[in-house]
Amino acid sequence: MRFKSLALVAALVLGLATSAFAGEKITIKGSTTVLPIMQKAVEAYMQKHPDVTIEVSGGGSSNGIKALLDGSTDIAMASRKMKDKEIKLAAEKGIKANEIVVAFDAVVPIVNPANPVTNLTADQLKGIYEGKITNWKEVGGNDAPIVVISRDTSSGTYETWEGKIMHKARVFPGALLQASSGAVLQAVAKNPKAIAYDGLGYVNDSVHAVSVDGIAGSAESAKNNTYKVARSLQIYTNGAPSGAAKGLVDFILSSEGQKIVEETGFIKM
Amino acid sequence: MPITRRTKDNIIHGSFFAIAASSILVLFLIMLFLFIEGLPIFKVVSVPDFVFGNAWYPTDDPADFGILPMIAASFSVTFLSSLLAIPLGIMTAIYLAEIASPRMRSIVKPFVEMLQALPSVVIGFFGMVVVAPLLQHWFDIPTGLNMFNASIMLAFMAVPTITSISEDAIFSVPNELREASLALGANKWQTIANVVLPASLTGISTAVILGMARSIGETMVVLMVAGGAAMIPTSIFNPVRPMPASIAAEMAEAPFQSDHYYALFATGMVLFLFTLMFNILAAYFAEKKKQVGVATL
Repeated sequence: MRFKSLALVAALVLGLATSAFAGEKITIKGSTTVLPIMQKAVEAYMQKHPDVTIEVSGGGSSNGIKALLDGSTDIAMASRKMKDKEIKLAAEKGIKANEIVVAFDAVVPIVNPANPVTNLTADQLKGIYEGKITNWKEVGGNDAPIVVISRDTSSGTYETWEGKIMHKARVFPGALLQASSGAVLQAVAKNPKAIAYDGLGYVNDSVHAVSVDGIAGSAESAKNNTYKVARSLQIYTNGAPSGAAKGLVDFILSSEGQKIVEETGFIKM
Repeated sequence: MPITRRTKDNIIHGSFFAIAASSILVLFLIMLFLFIEGLPIFKVVSVPDFVFGNAWYPTDDPADFGILPMIAASFSVTFLSSLLAIPLGIMTAIYLAEIASPRMRSIVKPFVEMLQALPSVVIGFFGMVVVAPLLQHWFDIPTGLNMFNASIMLAFMAVPTITSISEDAIFSVPNELREASLALGANKWQTIANVVLPASLTGISTAVILGMARSIGETMVVLMVAGGAAMIPTSIFNPVRPMPASIAAEMAEAPFQSDHYYALFATGMVLFLFTLMFNILAAYFAEKKKQVGVATL
């Protein structure tokens, strides 16, 4: 149920500006996690094909899939797979949901390079973020309090973390909040007692990535599903895409499109 | 048809009124928008639950919208930064207006005012990258991104406001008062403490309140250095999340016209009411200041 209002306005303006060409028109709706990739891809695609009008808006994965099922969008973006219930509903409506994975997203726990901890279990991470584990020595580190850093609740990174690690439990209110991936890195790089999580694409040498249940987050482990805090990002179309929609999908899967995926901090196919 | 002087006068009068009125209109429209977007949250949560609620989990299902930790954070940060900024600001003002030689004054004053020109994001970055690790090191605390750090940074920003308005107030104390005091045998310090300061007290109060208003509404600095934990602070080294930080961090991606979106606007309403209160207080003191003069003392 999320929605980048600014993005929508921008997309609408873009849509209005190009509608004068009155070519083919595509609407895209859904996950705000996929939205940054889609926006950049659409921008690049429309520059090459000025006759195509594409409207992109957020709204969240569920809304995107709902819109695909009721026919109000051509392409649905989703940061999760379609649920059985949704697939069944689609079949009832005579819609053949066609899944195309466009990128992977992995979120890795990070600590300061001075911190000796290199591996944590998913349960330990959950305990730390619930505020139940408060000292590094409880998880094999130094005798020092754990400074828990989290992201703002409306970010896609938080959503992944919440879904894969927290499982409905709440992040305790004493957790520090940073509003961007860059700020998270900065805070961890400056604090030996801190732990945070960040998109794999953002992690650099200023911090140490911690493996989860013994498996390090990487493009490989995210793709072959062994790494726990990862998910695929996909789009759904009704049947195989055709016309301009096919052109756009092909563009996203092309090396140029996948470069955009990497630039936005995600893992390319 | 020749325009009479009277018509010309009326036209000028009218156009100036229209220009003045437009800024009031804009202010009114912004307020209206703020309330239209903020009030719907009270269909979901009652006013007392919103203002005095302890838990802020806007994206959970069911969601909790309690902003008491944010209100407490805003007030404690503003209070602590005032403790630092008021003595600094007023003492600088006294030095500039009463003690410094004209030459020294012409050097120091531009520097103090330059502090005001520093973008808040620069001050925030300084707090995050330089001050936070130092605080961690010196006080051996878990994190340097906390209330104390934010207060120091906010004090930096409030000092120029407090100094320049206080200095004007002190400077405008009529010289007759100083001369009378010195003639009665008081020394320079006694004159400043017992004559000049009391005479400019209302002006200094205005300065202090405007400085505090700046602190409570400041966004970038608290977003970057206050830590952002949504809990009521128990120590000055606790991370806190003042209201502006909460709004700025979450607004960009809150679903348009969802409960979360409304709750953030309602937080903005609460913040607006507080800053309005500060401004009314400042206006009240500024009005009183008009009474100060040779004739009334």
